[in-house]
Amino acid sequence: MIRLYLERRAVPSRVMGFVAPALAVLAMVLCAIPMLRLAGLAPLATLRVFFIEPLSSANGVSEWLLKANPLVLMGLGLMIGYRANVWNIGAEGMYTVGAICAAWMALRFADGVHHWLLAAMMLAGMLGGMLWAAIPAFLKTRLNTSEILVSLMLTYVAQLLLSWLVNGPMQDPQGLNYPQTALFSESATFSPLIAGMRLNASVFITLGAVPLAWLLLQRSFLGFQLKVSGAAPSAARYAGFAQGRLTWIALLIGGATAGLAGMFEAAGPLGQLSPVISPGYGFAAIIVAFIGRLRPVGVLLGGLLLSLLYLGGEAAQMSMNVPAAMSRSFQGLLLLCLLATDVLVDFRIRLRP
Amino acid sequence: MNQLIIPLLDGTLVAATPLIFAAIGELIVERSGVLNLGVEGMMLVGAAAAFGMALHGQSPAAAICVAMIAAALMASLFALLALGLAVNQYAAGLALTISGSGLASLIGRHFGARSGTTIARVHLQGLSDLPVVGKVLFGQDPLVYLALALAVMAWWFLNRTRPGLVLRAVGEAPEAARAIGYRVLRIRYLAILTGGAMAGLAGAYLSLAYTPLWVDDMTAGRGWIAQALVVFATWKPARVVLGAWLFGGVTVAQLFAQTFGLQIPPQFMSALPYLATIVVLVAISRNPQTLRLNTPLSLAQPFRPDH
Repeated sequence: MIRLYLERRAVPSRVMGFVAPALAVLAMVLCAIPMLRLAGLAPLATLRVFFIEPLSSANGVSEWLLKANPLVLMGLGLMIGYRANVWNIGAEGMYTVGAICAAWMALRFADGVHHWLLAAMMLAGMLGGMLWAAIPAFLKTRLNTSEILVSLMLTYVAQLLLSWLVNGPMQDPQGLNYPQTALFSESATFSPLIAGMRLNASVFITLGAVPLAWLLLQRSFLGFQLKVSGAAPSAARYAGFAQGRLTWIALLIGGATAGLAGMFEAAGPLGQLSPVISPGYGFAAIIVAFIGRLRPVGVLLGGLLLSLLYLGGEAAQMSMNVPAAMSRSFQGLLLLCLLATDVLVDFRIRLRP
Repeated sequence: MNQLIIPLLDGTLVAATPLIFAAIGELIVERSGVLNLGVEGMMLVGAAAAFGMALHGQSPAAAICVAMIAAALMASLFALLALGLAVNQYAAGLALTISGSGLASLIGRHFGARSGTTIARVHLQGLSDLPVVGKVLFGQDPLVYLALALAVMAWWFLNRTRPGLVLRAVGEAPEAARAIGYRVLRIRYLAILTGGAMAGLAGAYLSLAYTPLWVDDMTAGRGWIAQALVVFATWKPARVVLGAWLFGGVTVAQLFAQTFGLQIPPQFMSALPYLATIVVLVAISRNPQTLRLNTPLSLAQPFRPDH
């Protein structure tokens, strides 16, 4: 019998670094076809609605970039953590707390025109996210507690905190008792770049964060330390890198980006807070980080891809009654496929005679 | 007083049951040196599969079987990646949780607010009618007892049988186990399948007995809490049961406090189980020795037999 086996490459393949994610997308689409069949949908037409139709209008492109915005930003922060072997899976909670802090600023200065308000809200969002990230960082470095479980548990806590706030202290007094805050003032919202579309200037900040992340990882000593402590923890220890400090930095960067993403969403397309302010962006950002193969430019592309999946899911739900859960299944499927194809970067498939 | 204590104890045992199932399963997986972060996803798939079967008029036993098979299939997907391709186990587990929750919502999209069959409680002539302890100890549904039995069996298997010893050897020193002729990957695969089936059982318990109603993401983090329980229990089955009772107690106490109209926002009470998870994790991890001595040595490290 012919058997396949994996042989380690002498050096990781550069080509495969690009081919593997593309293969993963292809594999996901191939797996999606029987899933759609089972759901009683015409696969090709549905895939068209999913991947092509959203981008066939200017407004569609605006929505695409708008949704990619938080995904890319959070993906960048998570990527830096994962490179350092810090498994922050609580970006969703940090995003929520960031949005809450930004909203607090917005509501505190609701009257009048304040040119500094957006900047202050961004700062508040980042600080909020960092505050939430500081808890797992403190517990990990001081008390040796798993950052995976703590950051995830805090996501549930953050969502309950938001639910309490919009039902109580932050509820709109004129809001007919709906669980939501007042609409933010004009000074506290990003104005659209193009009239009639929701895309706003915050995407440029995210775009700027991509080269920053690259500089940090590829051109700074700190980035080098983070990568070494992830790839070879014992080497990092021998070299005398302060592991605790690196864990703090990795989590705080993840918190700051997630908090800022929460602020972008609150001050952008949402314009107020309600009990649900994210369709799982914090978890999708984990996929973004991996599909980008933990590289800044990859994360940018990965964010665009996942954003398209969200958008396509919405379009398919409206026009073809495809269940909303379909796009979440596709997201998970994509990550599974990517993990499988990613093996090709370090290994080649050989036939055993 | 009895009106308060009895439902509290009763509810604690019930709330602890899915946690025991899932945590004992994950404990066996982790003892073999594999970390599967997909418990939450497998539980959700199990819950959806069981609920769907019950809606279609199948018996609870059939529904539970299907749930266990469905979750074990998810687990083999994880095994394919984590064992077959030796990919990062954290990432593979997370992928499983994300796809599991999507898949479960997909399965459950037509379930609506209907409820299927539920699991009847046992009634032992005489014993169940005893005052105070009767209902709590002798009037639970059969799965409550099954969970305890499985915990005992897991302890017995790991500590008193040869295959259990082999499983632990594989978790502590896979290279050595392989050198003396044990098939590391096969043993780990069986452990992962067992863990999957147990997570499916936990999910089935949630959707059939605990809250016989379908809600998206109905596990609400219980898979993760089970994961935390394994650490809290320092990988020992008996302590898993203790921990699960503790969590069951916290969960039920906060539900009671809500119904008694305590002047605390309900969100604060709902956050208690998650905060309790963090507190117990901190308590157990504070002393680095405790974890270092008990963590399976090869936990989460990919194993690649050389050719």
